[in-house]
Amino acid sequence: MAGKQSGLLVGVDVGGTFTDLVELDQGSGAVRLAKVPSTPENQAYGVMDALASARCDLAALDLIVHGTTTTTNAVLERKLSRTGLITTLGFRDVLELGRRTRPQPYGMKGEFTPVIPRNLRLEVPERVDAEGEIVTPLDEAALRDAGQRLINAGCEAVVVHFLHAYANPSHERRAGEILAQIWPNDHITLGHAILSESREFERGVTAAVNAGVQPILARYLRRLGEELSAGGYTRDILVMNGNGGMVSSRLVTTEAAKTVMSGPASGVMAAAYTGRVAGLSDLITYDMGGTSTDVALIRGAEPAVSNEIEIEYAMPIHVPMVDVRTVGAGGGSIARVTAAGLLEVGPESAGADPGPICYGRGGSEPTISDANLLLGRLDPAKLAVRGGVSIADVERIFSAHLGKPLGLSAHDAAGAVIRMANTKMAGAIRMVSLSLGADPRDYTLFAFGGAGPLHAAALARELAVPNVLVPARPGITNAIGCVVADLRHDFVNTINRPLDALEDGALAQVFARQTTEGERLIRAEPVEIGEIKHLYSVDMQFTGQTHILRVELERPDVDSTTLRKLFEAAYFKRFRVELAEIRANVVNANTSVIGTRPALDLSTLIDPAGRKSSLQEAQTGTRLVRFESGIFETSVYWRDHLPLEFTLNGPAIIEQMDTTTLIEPGDMAASDAHGNIVITIGGAA
Amino acid sequence: MSLDPITLSVIQAGLQQVCDEMDLSFSRAAFSPVIAEANDRSDGIYDAHDGALIAQGAGGLPVFVGTMQYSTRTLIAMIAGGRVAAPKPGDIYIVNDPYLGGTHLMDVRFARPYYRAGKLYCWLSNTGHWPDTGGAVPGGFSASATSVEQEGLRLPPVRLFKEGVLDTEIYAIICSNIRVADQRIGDVKAQAAALELGAAGLDRLMDRYGDDTVTEAIAELRQRAATQMRAFIAGIPEGTHKSVAWVDSDGVINEPLEIRLAVTRQVDDLLFDFTGSSLPCKGPMNSVRATTLSSVYLAMRHIFPEVPISAGAFEPLQVTGIEGTFLDALYPRPVSGCAAEVSQRIAEAVFAALVNALPDRVTAAPAGTSGNFALGGHDPARGRDFVMYQLSGGGYGGNADTDGLSNGCSTIGISKAPPVEIMEQAFPVLYRRYALREGSGGAGAQRGGFGLDYEIELRRGAAQASFVMDHGRFGPQGALGGADGACNEVTVWQAGKPYTPEHLSKEQDIPLRPGDRVRVKTPGGGGYGDPFMRDPQKVANDVALGRYSCDEARELFGVILKGAEVDIAATAAHREAGT
Repeated sequence: MAGKQSGLLVGVDVGGTFTDLVELDQGSGAVRLAKVPSTPENQAYGVMDALASARCDLAALDLIVHGTTTTTNAVLERKLSRTGLITTLGFRDVLELGRRTRPQPYGMKGEFTPVIPRNLRLEVPERVDAEGEIVTPLDEAALRDAGQRLINAGCEAVVVHFLHAYANPSHERRAGEILAQIWPNDHITLGHAILSESREFERGVTAAVNAGVQPILARYLRRLGEELSAGGYTRDILVMNGNGGMVSSRLVTTEAAKTVMSGPASGVMAAAYTGRVAGLSDLITYDMGGTSTDVALIRGAEPAVSNEIEIEYAMPIHVPMVDVRTVGAGGGSIARVTAAGLLEVGPESAGADPGPICYGRGGSEPTISDANLLLGRLDPAKLAVRGGVSIADVERIFSAHLGKPLGLSAHDAAGAVIRMANTKMAGAIRMVSLSLGADPRDYTLFAFGGAGPLHAAALARELAVPNVLVPARPGITNAIGCVVADLRHDFVNTINRPLDALEDGALAQVFARQTTEGERLIRAEPVEIGEIKHLYSVDMQFTGQTHILRVELERPDVDSTTLRKLFEAAYFKRFRVELAEIRANVVNANTSVIGTRPALDLSTLIDPAGRKSSLQEAQTGTRLVRFESGIFETSVYWRDHLPLEFTLNGPAIIEQMDTTTLIEPGDMAASDAHGNIVITIGGAA
Repeated sequence: MSLDPITLSVIQAGLQQVCDEMDLSFSRAAFSPVIAEANDRSDGIYDAHDGALIAQGAGGLPVFVGTMQYSTRTLIAMIAGGRVAAPKPGDIYIVNDPYLGGTHLMDVRFARPYYRAGKLYCWLSNTGHWPDTGGAVPGGFSASATSVEQEGLRLPPVRLFKEGVLDTEIYAIICSNIRVADQRIGDVKAQAAALELGAAGLDRLMDRYGDDTVTEAIAELRQRAATQMRAFIAGIPEGTHKSVAWVDSDGVINEPLEIRLAVTRQVDDLLFDFTGSSLPCKGPMNSVRATTLSSVYLAMRHIFPEVPISAGAFEPLQVTGIEGTFLDALYPRPVSGCAAEVSQRIAEAVFAALVNALPDRVTAAPAGTSGNFALGGHDPARGRDFVMYQLSGGGYGGNADTDGLSNGCSTIGISKAPPVEIMEQAFPVLYRRYALREGSGGAGAQRGGFGLDYEIELRRGAAQASFVMDHGRFGPQGALGGADGACNEVTVWQAGKPYTPEHLSKEQDIPLRPGDRVRVKTPGGGGYGDPFMRDPQKVANDVALGRYSCDEARELFGVILKGAEVDIAATAAHREAGT
């Protein structure tokens, strides 16, 4: 097809606060960037603003790849489209009853709002058992009637969710056929089609979310498409999926639930790509923003993917998505002194509004950002002038709220806030890596987001991580993730059999089927690809266990003995436990088919023409900065002016449009050929 | 000199991290679904001299919050008295004796001495709920045991690991006395490996901050936790706050057991006086001292979740008057109901006593039962015996902020229920319904949450149904004028005829044939505040969602509906007349 050129690429990511854009001309290496406020009521306006701001010529663009939080916000704010559920008689409350939990271990309060309200959840007679045998035939008249009632109630989308449909989907399929005759649109989700695994609550919520966001995503993409074609854009839009692959806007709504992690996934894909090019393929990504911090793990340049993401309390979305965990603190996290006289940071946050004191929007409680400002890590000249707030105001509040009860000066209190926040974040990052079976010491910390590079070196020291990688454009990493992402399709098939009862070649057959389907989907996309990669893995457990451990396979034709050995090795590595006496069980066979995109040169993300020939020329001045080890007169550099090759010893501060990077005393920072900065902890010459 | 508060906070976070990592490792490697899925386990660090709790994992089962410090204390005393062999590096003691600082027999505790510079520095300990420890009933939850010997194998503290090596002889004795023994080795290794991980974590922490600093911090943190708890206690109005809570029966004698509680604030200590509570009972609804204390602590932590889990936080909480009552049972009283049921009733008594004094913090009573329905039998299609558990949640109490949560887990637990589909894969049963129990939330300005209504049919073979539940006779208490939540209801359909257990919520070995059914309706939460003060619009919304009927809206809440709309005038008149 004629469109299979991607000379002029645009990645655009809509976040909670900002819409970021990068345009990359693969021929000339020319880069255009934009960062404009997001427009939550219709994200398309923000996208169009970003395109205008970067002066992109829509008619000349070859491809737009889009990361969106449209569906994320719809789920978290429960602003889903009006959606009905048709389910097995006796089970309409599954979505509301959940798994019998409470939001936190202590405190008997809490609320839960189901995805679909009870009056739009209807039951029909039908029943299949765990073996897939039909116990009660589907009552087709009742089904038609239920569909009609939901239409009459104004539902835009419908989900059919029957018990054990993963074992025998015939009732769900028949229901789909009947509904298709009367439903006014194609927003019909069948539970087994989106997730063919047992666990009725998780499958039901995943399917209900899918149905609930379909009309919203479809409407949004239609509007965006209209805006873009009015501007002269003629090609397809690709959308980032939560699995870190992109998919055509024409196909994406079928499995709309997969887009709820679109934004975070693109950041992780950018990290994986940047790390691979830089020769650092084992990364912990650390994305610290204003309200929260996201952490993910990348092993061998492949992000950890999970089919068991819970995006908030009792909201599981069990489709393969990049395993991004939110670990709490952000720049707006509030510090306070407890009744025991101990300092605490978070979990309360000043959020984006009013935000930290230094935003000048009426924030009156000390936050992490304010502490960074007081310590000289953020430039007081740039921040403390808004809304009539002065640095003296921040100091006064720190003194009153924290300094006095702790017996510290305002500045020492600010130092304590940073130390406490770093301890907490490091602990949370450690828990995430351990739960994914990784020892942080074997990884490089990839720092991005507005506040990531400011804290990364301290966290790395805390975690005994040897290096920090700060990419060229930490603040627009998600948009870059859009342009570097591959095409990707993931398949999970439940096997659930003891390893020694599995016939030879049975797994290979499943892998082969998954591979064929994935390759077919990828070839249908209007995008240029390089090679097609396959990732094979099995999820295993010892018989009697409920948790599973993923075993990566180098090739699909693995025999049972090898598989047992691989599993035992992986298990020992993770738990330091050997269990030769217990049988192993194969739970799932997984294949990811990846159509890799041609390599992009990211070294031009910082304009080579703007670079100076020496560090001295890149230096904008010095200022006093407080570190744990003392107060230092610290050199401040402008990132875009740094020479292509440099090394410098901490303490130092590197500022750029979208973030501030802190090099601590004792650490060493060096450039690489791709425009990244690598900080070596304790590496100062 | 004392440490600066920042170093203190950092070390506190470090100790917490060590415990959280132990919790994570234990759950992920465990076999027993009760540990792996339901997180029925806890890990902590305990003082070398008195066993006092230094730190405990945030995700540990709440009822273990206080028990392990008593079991560690007892172990230390027994070692000092020469009754238990002295520890060597690498040893791990195993103990499940309820009377030595425990709960029920299924909660098996491991304790590992941690050495620093050749000296015992502290203890690492964890508890895991084993699926079976022998006894008359598979799983150990008897409804009618009359002595602890009928409940299972009782282990005094013995060294299961000696200098790092599993003692296969002791292990063989254990395996010969429990069911499904072949998979237990996985749990034993997981439980031991978690303690090893904890030791490595402590090494890291001590190496980094120095032994003296950590030692000083631990002492200081204990004192500060006490200070923090006292600061909260100071906000409770002075005087005595009383409550009564009831356990339906002990499972053997069909009479209610009474918990009488008087909470008195004395300066900034809280005195919990249980004088006048029922005598030790014949059936298994006795509690042991450690569980009773732990139940008070966990209730207070539900009220003040900000206070860290540490011995210091418990210091201002004094419990008296339990001697000679069923809350401090001695050998050989049966105790299998203590952790799952009696503990929750103790917590309910604490909530009920303090809700008037702390109306913003405390909720009306939650469902407060683990809802244990066990089905044991033979599955001819698979040619094997099976034991199935259906543990259920119920509604939580209304509170100052919101209506109560529906189908929440037990007060003392944090577990997830298994999916119906997984249960049907594993056992020869068919669920006929798994539904919200309509009308069960206690009426109130903020109503209680709703219970669960499920019905299970036996498909083949033969089986016996057993129930250890509670709140069948008295619903969870409403507060500040709110109504009680609905009572637990059990109905067994045998050959089409309904049967209700004599003790309502407890009975053992009711025979089932194919086609027979068990229907359980779990309690709703207590209501909070006068139901006639509830926003009529919220009542109308509940009716629209089918949670209450129109009649219930009128009778319970005084709201008159005209179609789906509130009849404002009629409602005002009706509420006026009703109050």
